[in-house]
Amino acid sequence: MSMPYYVAPEQVMKDRAEYAQKGIARGRALVATTYDQGIAIVAENPSRSLHKISEIYDRIAFGGVGKYNEYDQLRVAGVRHADIKGYAFSREDVDARSLANLYAQYLGNVFTHEMKPLEVEILVAELGDQENQLYHIAYEGTITDEDRYAVLGGDAETIAERMGNAWQADWDLSAALKAATAALAGPDRSLAAGDLEAALLSRANGRRAFRRVQNGELALLLA
Amino acid sequence: MALPLFPPERDPGPDFVGLLKLTTDRASLAARGEGSAALASGATGTPLAATVAHGTTVVALRFADGVVMAGDRRATAGNIIAHHAMDKVFPADRYSAVAIAGTAGMAMEMVRLFQVQLEHYEKVEGSTLSLEGKANQLAQMVRSHLPLAMQGLAVVPLFAGYDTTRATGRIFNYDVTGGHYEDTDFQATGSGGRDARSTVKLGWREGLPRDESLDLVIQALYDAADEDSATGGPDPVRGIYPIVAVVDAEGYREVPEPEVAERFAALIARRQAERAQ
Repeated sequence: MSMPYYVAPEQVMKDRAEYAQKGIARGRALVATTYDQGIAIVAENPSRSLHKISEIYDRIAFGGVGKYNEYDQLRVAGVRHADIKGYAFSREDVDARSLANLYAQYLGNVFTHEMKPLEVEILVAELGDQENQLYHIAYEGTITDEDRYAVLGGDAETIAERMGNAWQADWDLSAALKAATAALAGPDRSLAAGDLEAALLSRANGRRAFRRVQNGELALLLA
Repeated sequence: MALPLFPPERDPGPDFVGLLKLTTDRASLAARGEGSAALASGATGTPLAATVAHGTTVVALRFADGVVMAGDRRATAGNIIAHHAMDKVFPADRYSAVAIAGTAGMAMEMVRLFQVQLEHYEKVEGSTLSLEGKANQLAQMVRSHLPLAMQGLAVVPLFAGYDTTRATGRIFNYDVTGGHYEDTDFQATGSGGRDARSTVKLGWREGLPRDESLDLVIQALYDAADEDSATGGPDPVRGIYPIVAVVDAEGYREVPEPEVAERFAALIARRQAERAQ
C-alpha cells in the first residue's frame, strides 16, 4: 500500500502565492489617481492595441496587470456582467462594488481550488458624483478600496510611496498625470508618452465617462 | 449572479443577444420573439393589435452633412390615442439613430436591445461596428420578431447614420421579415409614411443644407398628420413637438425643442399666408 503524498496546506498556499507574485512582478505597473474632474489611470505599456485599461460601463473603468490573457478574460466578463445587469434592471443599478466583489470571489476561488492561481491584479474604478472609488483586487482575492490613489503590479510598494508623497486633493489632470508618470518611472529613469497608456473617467464626458488619452494629447499634458 | 465566464467553445464573443440567451431564461421578447404566440392570439376576442399602443410616422433624409431623422409623438391603440408624447427617434450609438413604427412596447424593447448590443460590441472588441454592420444587426432583431409580426404586432424600424469611412449619411429601411434596403436619399415609414414621403420627394435635392432639411422633415410630418389620423401634429397647447435629430460628423444631436416649435410656427404662418392670397 502506497502512502498518500502529503504537503502541508501552508506550504501549498505559500507556493501558489509566490508563483502568482512572481508572475505579477514581471509585468509593469499601473497607477490610478483621482483628480478634480474624475479619475486618471496611467499604465506603463508600450503596446497601442493590447490595453491594460478599458471601459466597463458608463462610470466604471477596468485596469489589469500581470498576464494579458488572464486579465483580458476578466475584463470581458466584467463588461458582460455590467451590460446584462444594466439591461435587466437600469443603467443606474450597475455599480463597481458588486463587480469588484465578483472579481474577488472568482480570484479567491481560483487561488484555493485550481492548480494554478491567476497571475493578475485588478483595478475597478468608479466615478461618483462626490466620491470616487478605487477597488484593488489582488491575485488571491483580497480586496481593498481606496479613494485617493491605487497602485497595481510589480514594485507596487515603492511606487505607492512615491505617489503618496506627491498626491494632492483636487489637482488638475496635467499635475496628476505628471505625478503618476514620475511615480511609475522612479528616480533613475524617465517615461515618455510613447511608453504609457492613459485613460480617464471624467465628469465632463457625459453618460459614458471613459475616454482614452491618445499619445499626442498625453505628450502635451506631460510637457 | 456569478461572473459570466465561458469556456472558449461556448464563448458568445461580442454578441449581446447570444450572451443573454446563455445567461437568462427569459430573454426579452424582442430578442427571441418566441414563447409569446399565446399573447398575440389574445383570449379577449378583440385583436390584440387594436388594444396595444402603436407608433406611427417617422421620416429620415440625407442632407449635405449627414442625415436628419424625425418622428411624430402620437401612439394609437385602435381608434384611441394611447400617448401624446411618445419618443420614436433614439440614438443607436454616437453616429447612428433608429426610429420606430409599429407595436410600441416591442419596438422600444428592440431599440433598447439594439443600443446595448452596439455598445457591448464596442467595449468587448475595442472597436466600433461599421454602419453596414449595425444595419445588419438590427435586421436580425427584426427577423427574429417575425412570428409576432405575422400576428399583427409588427415592428418596422428606420435606421440612419453617418458613415465615418465614406463621410456621408446613409439610410436603411426595413420590412417585417428583416429585409433591409438602403435608401440613398430619403425614406419614411409608419401609417403616415406615404404622405410624409410625398412631401419629402417634392422638396428634396442633392446637398440640401441643414436649415432646409429640418424645414422639409417638419413639413413632411405636418402633411402626414394632415392626412393620417394616427399621426400627431404639433401640439402648442401642451408644448409637444416632434423629435428631430441630426447625425453628422459630430455625432447624434437632437434639435432643441424651441427650435422645432419655431420652425412649426413659421410653417403655419407660411401656410396661412398662402391661403390668404
